[in-house]
Amino acid sequence: MGGTLAVARRELAGYFATPVAYVFIVIFLMMAGALTFTIGGFFQRGQADLSPFFNFVPWLFLFLVPALTMRLWAEERRLGTIELLLTLPLPQWQAVLGKFLAAWAFCAIALALTFPLVVTVNYLGRPDNGVIAAGYVGCLLVAGAYLAVGAAMSAMTKNQVIAFVLAVAVCFLFAAAGSPVVTEFLSQRVPVLAELARGISLIERFNILQRGVIALRDVVFFASFIGFFLFVNAVVIDHRKAD
Amino acid sequence: MAALIEIERLTKRFGAFTAVDDVSFSVDRGEVVGFLGPNGAGKSTTMKMLAGFVTPSAGTARICGKDVVDDPVAAKRSLGYLPEGAPTYPEMTVTAFLRFVARIRGYRGGEAADRVTAAMELTQLQGVRLQPIETLSKGFKRRVGLAQSLLHDPPVLVLDEPTDGLDPNQKHEVRELIRRMAPDKAILISTHILEEVDAVCTRAIIIAHGKVLADSPPSALAKPGKSLEQVFRDLTARPAEAA
Repeated sequence: MGGTLAVARRELAGYFATPVAYVFIVIFLMMAGALTFTIGGFFQRGQADLSPFFNFVPWLFLFLVPALTMRLWAEERRLGTIELLLTLPLPQWQAVLGKFLAAWAFCAIALALTFPLVVTVNYLGRPDNGVIAAGYVGCLLVAGAYLAVGAAMSAMTKNQVIAFVLAVAVCFLFAAAGSPVVTEFLSQRVPVLAELARGISLIERFNILQRGVIALRDVVFFASFIGFFLFVNAVVIDHRKAD
Repeated sequence: MAALIEIERLTKRFGAFTAVDDVSFSVDRGEVVGFLGPNGAGKSTTMKMLAGFVTPSAGTARICGKDVVDDPVAAKRSLGYLPEGAPTYPEMTVTAFLRFVARIRGYRGGEAADRVTAAMELTQLQGVRLQPIETLSKGFKRRVGLAQSLLHDPPVLVLDEPTDGLDPNQKHEVRELIRRMAPDKAILISTHILEEVDAVCTRAIIIAHGKVLADSPPSALAKPGKSLEQVFRDLTARPAEAA
């Protein structure tokens, strides 16, 4: 595990050594705030909860998280440092996990910085803080799922732009799979697929968590989703490391 | 006792192209082997396989008796490897980079700090300790790569063009360093510079088109009336029929 932590620490420090971290955090906080108070109608709703904020987080992350992950492996390939990293005495899965954990910790930091919203809603009313906590857990899990997809896409190319576009496309597929447009279209034609689409939809699961229900099966779903894409990541690295 | 580096019928094919073709040799403690050959001869590919970065198509290699294919992490523990071009993370400082490598190699706390200091002393990097690597000159970057490979005082050193890009003084220093370490290590260096083979190597292996063409002490290679350079040209300038 020492290797995983060393990789994670280096990677996390790397975010803050470049403007990536600050740009990400500032844009995320500005957009989250703006959307919550305008389109979300935080005040107009007259309810003491954070669902106007939580509703937007998965869609913000859809574009921001791939920006975090696009460099993870693509940059290592471009610089040639992948040869250094993978010739150190470190099992490959530890390198994969370390990079993922660093990006996940970074997302957790960005989410933690939205605390003024929690303070505000507690000042204005009496929200159910358990539901808010569940919402944050949901945000973290969605971020983790996007990150796992993004890291796997980054492993496939040395071009960061391609890694970004692929990651947004695949994440969008899983995000939108459960939306009414898709499921209604499918249920009229192939009902089996509609069921499947709802099953793999990240947003559908997120909405359950956001309502304050942390069910084991949803957590297991996210864990297996993340595990699967980390596995894909490791396989891709193993097969294409020297390309 | 078995040799520290054993290469056994190592072969690498990329599609129809055979980059390394049935190469076998071994390097004992106390030997400095110069790996010579024209560009594209298969030197770097052989070294990448030895370092566990490229998976061999056939054959295998052992470092201190550990198979690089079956037991890669154990083999990498005994190996110091300088990849071609000495890749490093540009945004990190020299100290941070070496500490990262030390942590992955399993050193903690005071021991890690001692290792980093010792490696910086060997490669004369103390003056640039806290500079980001991207701000350093080519010669310093190469020495950072060298420091990384020496950090754990490995019994086996594989250095891909260690003096490339260095000025004559720095070349001299690196050769001195190699000579000093030679008695208790097995060292394999690749180079284009024939005088370097004369200066530091106890043995020269000439490779072209993926095949070993000559393997003997540099003095034995240079036949009466012929310089090492002429021998090299005679052996490698012939096209594929030599292979």
